[in-house]
Amino acid sequence: MTAVSVAAPKRLVEITVDGQAVSVTEGSTILDACRRLGIETPTLCYSDTLTPVNVCRVCVVEVEGARVLVPSCSRKVEPGMVVHTDSPRVRTSRRMVLELLSSSVDLSTAPDAQRYVGEYGARPERFGASATVAQPVKVDNDLYVRDYSKCILCYKCVEACGVDHQNTFAITAAGRGFEAHISTEFDVKLPESACVYCGNCIAVCPTGALMFTSEYELRNEGAWNEDAQSQVDTVCPYCGVGCNLTLHVQDDAIVKVTSPDDHDVTRGNLCIKGRFGFQFVQNRE
Amino acid sequence: MDLRLPLAEPTDAEREAIDAVVGAAAANSHRVARADRGRRHLLLPALRAAQRRVGWVSEGALGYTSRRLDVPPADAYGVATFYALLALEERPADVLHVCTDLACRLKGVEMPPGAHPSPCLGLCERAPAALRTVAGPEPREIQLPEAGPALPQAGQPGLRLLRRIAEGVDPESLDAYRENGGYDALRRAIELGPEGVVREVSASHLLGRGGAAFPTGAKWEAVAKQEAQPHYLVCNADESEPGTFKDRVLMEGDPCALVESMTIAAYATGCERGFVYVRAEYPLAHARLESAFAQAREQGLLGDDVMGAGFAFDLELRIGAGAYVCGEETALFQSIEGYRGEPRNKPPFPVEVGLFGKPTVVNNVETLFNVLDVVNESGAAFAAIGTPDSTGTRLFCLSGHVERPGLYEVPFGFPLRDLLDLAGAAPPKAVLLGGAAGSFLRPDQLDLPLTFEDARAAGATLGSGVVIVYDESADLVDAVIRIAEFFRDESCGQCVPCRVGTIRQEEALKRLATGSANGNEREVLADLAEVMRDASICGLGQTAATAVSSAMINLGVLAE
Repeated sequence: MTAVSVAAPKRLVEITVDGQAVSVTEGSTILDACRRLGIETPTLCYSDTLTPVNVCRVCVVEVEGARVLVPSCSRKVEPGMVVHTDSPRVRTSRRMVLELLSSSVDLSTAPDAQRYVGEYGARPERFGASATVAQPVKVDNDLYVRDYSKCILCYKCVEACGVDHQNTFAITAAGRGFEAHISTEFDVKLPESACVYCGNCIAVCPTGALMFTSEYELRNEGAWNEDAQSQVDTVCPYCGVGCNLTLHVQDDAIVKVTSPDDHDVTRGNLCIKGRFGFQFVQNRE
Repeated sequence: MDLRLPLAEPTDAEREAIDAVVGAAAANSHRVARADRGRRHLLLPALRAAQRRVGWVSEGALGYTSRRLDVPPADAYGVATFYALLALEERPADVLHVCTDLACRLKGVEMPPGAHPSPCLGLCERAPAALRTVAGPEPREIQLPEAGPALPQAGQPGLRLLRRIAEGVDPESLDAYRENGGYDALRRAIELGPEGVVREVSASHLLGRGGAAFPTGAKWEAVAKQEAQPHYLVCNADESEPGTFKDRVLMEGDPCALVESMTIAAYATGCERGFVYVRAEYPLAHARLESAFAQAREQGLLGDDVMGAGFAFDLELRIGAGAYVCGEETALFQSIEGYRGEPRNKPPFPVEVGLFGKPTVVNNVETLFNVLDVVNESGAAFAAIGTPDSTGTRLFCLSGHVERPGLYEVPFGFPLRDLLDLAGAAPPKAVLLGGAAGSFLRPDQLDLPLTFEDARAAGATLGSGVVIVYDESADLVDAVIRIAEFFRDESCGQCVPCRVGTIRQEEALKRLATGSANGNEREVLADLAEVMRDASICGLGQTAATAVSSAMINLGVLAE
């Protein structure tokens, strides 16, 4: 189904990015303009399906006339804006953000972050022995695990659990400063919290801090092998909404279920049944 | 949204304290009545009330508050854990918070057993200082020492902002205020009309005194012309910059003047509701302001028809809970609205999208005090004081190695050296100007005329008017490390440059100070300074390396 907009057509705004003129519709962000031009811009806390929180600061760019760098993911274009995405200031800040993250967080299951670390030449070892967010992994239910040693505090899970997607509000950012962390109320276990196990937080987590138990166990056994996995799109059989499922299949078994972000119905979201209720498919007796 | 609430119930005492803020629950209503929704802004007041009653925020108190205000428990927990003065674990009802910050550590900090260390309590002229909080049926907070030195300039001519305080006008009496020039300015403002007031304020070139030095007239004009309604007025009295106590002295000593100046601001910019957000550490200011509000209401100077002039305005006191970052204007809005004090990205700016998403004027206490003289004397007369780019007088908070610590008022352009002489400063090794977010000056930089433009040219800032003097005996390494700790403690944790950068800055400085350096520290500190300044969301992160860098570059502290 394609929605037909009845709003007045939007005006175009012309800006310059890295010396190239580009016109984008009013209300677009600098990131939209960069993507229009094919300028690759790193993002970690940004998602097409969530309200930008602009906290990771890895997408910062330099806008002429601005005192400090601006987050491209949320800064709206203004006519005549002149943007630089590869200036020394931008490269230093992006490199430092990645150095700070990789010195404090386990990025071993965060492929995008790892790639940026390489691209920007981040050298976290410069800091020497320093504080990290390392902590025991939380396994308190059958469906997914929470390993906050891998959490970059991008707020995506909080947004997905809250007003952006699920409206369940089981988790929040708690504490302050370097002690800030994602938590339920009084850090209660998930079964005692408001969590409904939709898994929409897992879907948006960029670092693998939130992970299907099936994936977590295979990784622990050294048996997780994305190269050997196939992805099969199907429609969820449970109700009449018609959510698309992408089944991730390894060795003839479903190991994870996602839904495409660009799907009209789900926007990447599912419920507990679509996300986790796949075992019946592979009961072999 | 269906709330899943914790099973723990509040005690009767907790319920009573929370109900006093949010109103009694309707009979037989476990679920939230529709009318009770949209009251999230009462979250922090309710949590504060529970803690003042029993000494901490229990699971029962948090759950009950969540239910009454229709706020998810996880969300309420996130808010409660944000604020340093809210305890989520049981502790004694009587707690001593001992200041371990810049001015107090120069006077020797003693931590009695069981005391909690505290960032600057804004009592620097009485250093060493502490705050005692006593929970119970009649909760109280006591600033220690209970009294400070008198205003050092009392009896001297030329005081404007401090005049009534210096003359000893009773701060608890609106009548005394009116007998001493009070409400002349509002009467004059009403003659001028809203546009006339904005015109005078613009003509005065009054710049904000909270630290950012934004033109007040431009701010007022921007809000006055916003079509979106309602407009809100907020007074930023969260003064928490280490070394700053000027707004406390003003609010404690002349609270009616704040009410009058806010009424003028509201009249000029079309606001019917105003909030004064005061840090929790200022109990005397809370009491004096509440009393000033009540007396003003009684005399028709707040309410539906202010001074019979046909406009409505009323004020509310909002009290923080221990978070420096809430002095950042958008974090302050978040805090009033019942959220974690995490600064918002700007733009949009508060004049368009501020408190509750509406156009908002937000001014510092000292800025507002100046408005009275601007209106009384005209903008042009005000602009004749000081220098063309820094008009009027300025309050400076003198502490550290000075004989007469306290609050000083001098016209802009007054040399720093003369200010130090007024306060009887020891020959300094360094002066910290502007607070933890300011910079260290060398002894050869003390001829600096105190203006915004001269400070800027010297690579410094007047900030919130902090002047801490360090004599030859002072340990500047200790001061620099304390500043780094302060920012690590006070970072809200939202953005990566500040959340991780402040702790890496502290680690690197401590390695240098303890001789365990790995050789990368100075390069790392320079890079950290750049990313924090350039890529942090708000002013806290953007200035978290300023004083540290100035100490290293300007004074050579830990530089080799």
